[in-house]
Amino acid sequence: MGLQNPLGRVRGLGSAKAGVHHWWSQRITAIALVPLTLWFVYSALMLAGSDYSVGITWLAQPINSIFMVLLVIATFHHLQLGLQVVIEDYVHHEAVKLLALVIVKLSSIGLAIAAIFSIIKVSFGG
Amino acid sequence: MASTGRPLSPHLQIYRWQWTMALSILHRATGIALIAGSVLLVLWLVALADGPNGYLVLRNFLTSIPGYVLLVGWTWSLFYHLANGIRHLVWDAGLGYDLSVAQASGYAVFALSVILTGGFWYGLYILVF
Repeated sequence: MGLQNPLGRVRGLGSAKAGVHHWWSQRITAIALVPLTLWFVYSALMLAGSDYSVGITWLAQPINSIFMVLLVIATFHHLQLGLQVVIEDYVHHEAVKLLALVIVKLSSIGLAIAAIFSIIKVSFGG
Repeated sequence: MASTGRPLSPHLQIYRWQWTMALSILHRATGIALIAGSVLLVLWLVALADGPNGYLVLRNFLTSIPGYVLLVGWTWSLFYHLANGIRHLVWDAGLGYDLSVAQASGYAVFALSVILTGGFWYGLYILVF
């Protein structure tokens, strides 16, 4: 016998319904980011100091385009999940907190889309 | 916050400062630093798509003194967050909670982050110059 009222139970409300989703998403993206980060570090080392044409040729290779898109998606998903927790921990003014969360969520999507569009443009030789 | 008048758990200042506490807050701090790094990555990709002129502006900035400070900070943050992130994943698997193990893994993670950062920049120096 829980403390949840019958209406709440019917509507599927309660802490367990979405409780681990945030935690789980953060772990999954973290696991994905381990090999992606190692690839990125290796690539950065190979590309360091290179000029425009080398950079463009490198990114246009399908394998690099794909890995870069994956890196951007995993990074920005992981990043906004992490930053959300930081904001929730330190910002106690409700309106400011909400505003900060909205800005984080929207700008994460915006930056990720800008990055992915750029990768595709370079990859397709635009 | 404390309007209910219920007793609160002791605040952070009560506790003796410990190595593992510093590592814990560093994970969050490097995570925030990596956001700047991620924005830099987006700028690099957008500059590549934009064309040679935009790319040159970014490249000139990154090869200036502030640019290098930013890049070294980014690489150390990346290696620290990566190594300590793996430490967190091991904890999530239920392993490594013994006090001695947690302290040892903390030292290992910090040392590894410094070694990898040094190795990265040494390798970069060898490759580029």
